Amino acid sequence: MPTITRAEVAQLARLARLALSDDELDSLAAQLDVILGAVARVGEVTAADIPPTSHPVPLTNVLRRDEVLPSLPVEAVLGAAPAAEGGRFRVPRILDAEA
Amino acid sequence: MSDLVTATAVETAARIARGDVSAAEVATAHLDRITAVDERVHAFLHVDADGALAAAAAVDDRRARGEPLGPLAGVPLALKDVLVMRGVPTTCGSRILEGWRPPYDATVVTRLRHAGVVILGKTNMDEFAMGSSTEHSAFGPTHNPWDLDRIPGGSGGGSAAAVAAYEAPLAIGTDTGGSIRQPAALTGTVGAKPTYGGVSRYGLVALASSLDQAGPVARTVLDAALLHATIAGHDPKDATSIDAPVPPVVEAARRADVAGMRIGVVQELSGEGYAAGVEQRFTEAVDLLTELGAQVQEVSCPHFPYALAAYYLILPSECSSNLARFDAMRYGLRVGDDGTAGAEEVMARTRAAGFGAEAKRRIILGTYALSSGYYDAYYGQAQKVRTLVSRDFAAAFESVDVLVSPATPTTAFRIGERVEDPLAMYLNDICTIPSNLAGGPALSVPAGLSPDDGLPVGLQVMAPTLADDRMYGVAAALERALDDRRGGPLLQEAPAL
Amino acid sequence: MSTTTTYDDALTRYDPVLGLETHVELGTASKMFCGCPTTFGAAPNTQTCPVCLGLPGSLPVTNEAAIRYTVMIGLALHCSIAPWSRFARKNYFYPDMPKDYQISQYDEPLCVDGWLDTDVDGETYRVEIERVHLEEDTGKSLHVGGATGRIHGADHSLVDYNRAGIPLVEIVTRPVPGTRERVGAVAKAYVTELRELLRALGVSDVRMEEGSLRCDVNLSLSPRGSGVLGTRTESKNVNSLRSVERAVRHEVVRQAAVLDGGGRVTQETRHFHEETGTTTAGRSKEQAEDYRYFPEPDLVPLAPPPEWVESIRAALPELPAVRRRRLAESLGAAPSELAAMANAGVLDLVAATVAAGAPAAEARKWWLGELARRANETGSEPADLPLTPAQVARVVALVADGTLTDTLARQVLDGVLAGEGDPDAVVATRRLRVVSDDSALGAAVESAIAAHPDIAAKVRGGKVAAAGALVGAVMKATSGSADAARVRELLLERLAAG
Ligand SMILES: [Mg+2]
Ligand SMILES: [Zn+2]
Repeated sequence: MPTITRAEVAQLARLARLALSDDELDSLAAQLDVILGAVARVGEVTAADIPPTSHPVPLTNVLRRDEVLPSLPVEAVLGAAPAAEGGRFRVPRILDAEA
Repeated sequence: MSDLVTATAVETAARIARGDVSAAEVATAHLDRITAVDERVHAFLHVDADGALAAAAAVDDRRARGEPLGPLAGVPLALKDVLVMRGVPTTCGSRILEGWRPPYDATVVTRLRHAGVVILGKTNMDEFAMGSSTEHSAFGPTHNPWDLDRIPGGSGGGSAAAVAAYEAPLAIGTDTGGSIRQPAALTGTVGAKPTYGGVSRYGLVALASSLDQAGPVARTVLDAALLHATIAGHDPKDATSIDAPVPPVVEAARRADVAGMRIGVVQELSGEGYAAGVEQRFTEAVDLLTELGAQVQEVSCPHFPYALAAYYLILPSECSSNLARFDAMRYGLRVGDDGTAGAEEVMARTRAAGFGAEAKRRIILGTYALSSGYYDAYYGQAQKVRTLVSRDFAAAFESVDVLVSPATPTTAFRIGERVEDPLAMYLNDICTIPSNLAGGPALSVPAGLSPDDGLPVGLQVMAPTLADDRMYGVAAALERALDDRRGGPLLQEAPAL
Repeated sequence: MSTTTTYDDALTRYDPVLGLETHVELGTASKMFCGCPTTFGAAPNTQTCPVCLGLPGSLPVTNEAAIRYTVMIGLALHCSIAPWSRFARKNYFYPDMPKDYQISQYDEPLCVDGWLDTDVDGETYRVEIERVHLEEDTGKSLHVGGATGRIHGADHSLVDYNRAGIPLVEIVTRPVPGTRERVGAVAKAYVTELRELLRALGVSDVRMEEGSLRCDVNLSLSPRGSGVLGTRTESKNVNSLRSVERAVRHEVVRQAAVLDGGGRVTQETRHFHEETGTTTAGRSKEQAEDYRYFPEPDLVPLAPPPEWVESIRAALPELPAVRRRRLAESLGAAPSELAAMANAGVLDLVAATVAAGAPAAEARKWWLGELARRANETGSEPADLPLTPAQVARVVALVADGTLTDTLARQVLDGVLAGEGDPDAVVATRRLRVVSDDSALGAAVESAIAAHPDIAAKVRGGKVAAAGALVGAVMKATSGSADAARVRELLLERLAAG
């Protein structure tokens, strides 16, 4: 079954925004191999005609009315911020524009 | 030990309602007990003495004014640190949230406050509820009151240990793959996972959104049922909350009747990997249920053996997404913001520093399972296994009213014993996971002490969706019969702390 | 890059294929998944709560109006409404996205397979709609330090989450082939038409300058006549109608130059720059995120009941294209005249003026001419002028019954616009009646003949057409208040008499 390379773990770590050390990358690659080997058995019993379940309780159309409710006071919003400036969250410079 | 702390929630509420004791005295007795034993147990991450005393005083005021009190008014409770409470630190057992004080209450907390329940503080847990031993807490492990060298189970080890150690008669846990039931089993307490959607998840810091469910921990089945009824019910703030009446759990617990009930023993949850002492106590308990008039039969759930594998794909996938928000931008830890590093780098550094090994492992695993190219083979297949497990339950419930199994394959293991072996750790949840995948309710009730090591064994009762009352009925009947035979509750046999 | 390639030149060798992704902020009162208001321009972070800040433990609950508005848009675009639809999580990290995933729709959008017709130079282009889906907007970052407001070279950024969680509809077209030299015009016409449609539905204020309508332009070139699809680029940040066309034209020229030079177009996101009209490279496909979509477990599926969808369809307002067709008939206007009225923003006004009793040609003349000019002078829209179609119809009637001349009518409009009251009131207070009293006009006629003896001689000599100049002189002398037809009669009588 799967053999996870260190480079793959590094790519996953980049996607997950985890600055892992070299040691962590090595041990995770090994562990992931073992874990994926164990969980891959999900493929043993499933057939194409079995629908996937993503919700344990089959509800549909749970909606709320379009009503305005009070927002938080801005002090409570910014109270936990690592840094704030002028009523806004201050964050490190953003290097890449996103969609 | 003061009888104010050994009393059940029902007794305590009755004494307060009668005026035999004040809620403030009860709260103080528990705070004293915490001071006396928690250095050794480490069930609490934060004790909110001021908040508890204020809540107790409010109950005493209401009583003085002659206002009606609810069935749990004035009863102290320990809250798992994964539920937010306005102004009280919430860490989820993680460094990444250290110091965060939420600006809002979880719906569970709102309901507890309305019921006059006195929240003593926040309990220890595996980081973000990932683990089965509470060893993955960033703030050190919780110790099992039965043997302080052993784990109390997890992730809600703090809540279960607090109840077992008489630091609180009630606690709230959360159960994603067994995090209420497995610690309850290992500490000789009662722990129930309600039907998914039965208790609001609003304010429960998500691990795996489609599996998480908050529920009660207590020393008796009736106490657990009362707490269940207090926190359950539809919440418009949670779109997955079920808009239906709360099942009559308290009535079922009081009736404690299994006569004529059809009980299925799950064949697949026994055998290899199950400790002999666990199986022995389980079998004796099932025999006792037969004596009490239940019709017991064996039932096969052929896909349960695949549940663990599906769970360890679904959970990491959802958790990798749920834990993304801990990114150092709006709250919590921020590491490496030296004025030159960009946001992306600060996020990565903070998350590397703030998350523990198990959290990182599951984030990476989930990121992998959701990646394009792997989604169908892993997440997609796991969702299909989920369907098969649900079908097993549905088929079984055509011929029986409830299913039973051991709650855990073994009793509490030693601290440190499995922490380096994730797969061995994951096996702890083998009995509890199917109910999370299918959404039905399940609880663990003490079945005695294992003859192997003298540690508690739990029996699990699983019921169909929204038939939570059935599992309380079975558990209460078993509890009464075992207590009668023993001449008192199991926890009397725990060593004094 | 070759500097010699021009747009027309490029089109001799390539066929452009267009695609558009439009994001529309819905005008709901509250956000997509929480009760925070959506008002534009509030103080930063004052319209936020645990849900739209993505605080741990918070959960989304879907706004019914957002679903309804999306279904309205889907129906208006002739889409099928999915009987089963789900939200998914789109996972990527970004500071202005509170949960570091966006709740969006992936493989189960609400609306699919529709179309929108757009007219360019009298030709109709059917733009096929692939999907219409619903998602949540992100917060807004202010980049501090370095070049003002630009992401590059900034020291740090400041984030306001007021916009985070506002419902955002994404409308995605299929590739539009065969537009040739009109590719830019079709793009612009599509967005214009879409904007008008959304405005008619009342689901958004569609203000591009406030970002409630945002456009991504996809463009590729295929070798002329080959039908082979080229590699496309996606230009973002195209935030005005004019820029939609500019961005298209720029990419046509840029890609042609790359291809002409033997290079290959890179599949990438590009950023459009309003100041220069050019695009610069962003993220390439190789660097693209793996969004790891999966069904949003905090929300349950949507299964719009067919009768609910039909009730929405039945309640849809008249759509712009239908309305235009109806007006074309009732106003008797040619497509070009209709387009002129639509472009000038007077179509509704003309229709209302006709409804108030004015002949279509007169209503059109006044709104397209005099009134459009007045609005233009003050930098406003004709619809914003402080006068009603009924008042315009009254002025038209006063001209028709001879009470006013056109010149006098303009003065009446002056008065109405100045707040002096209804046309009749202005006529009365300003004494603006046509002078048709022969004795009053007689003196003016005599002076005009005396002042222009040469013209008078010509008229007497049989050149009746020359009388126009004398009529003009009389009209000038009477400040336009004379009845020109009567003046002409009097002049001809007087000159015939010797
Ligand atoms: Mg989008
Ligand atoms: Zn909000």
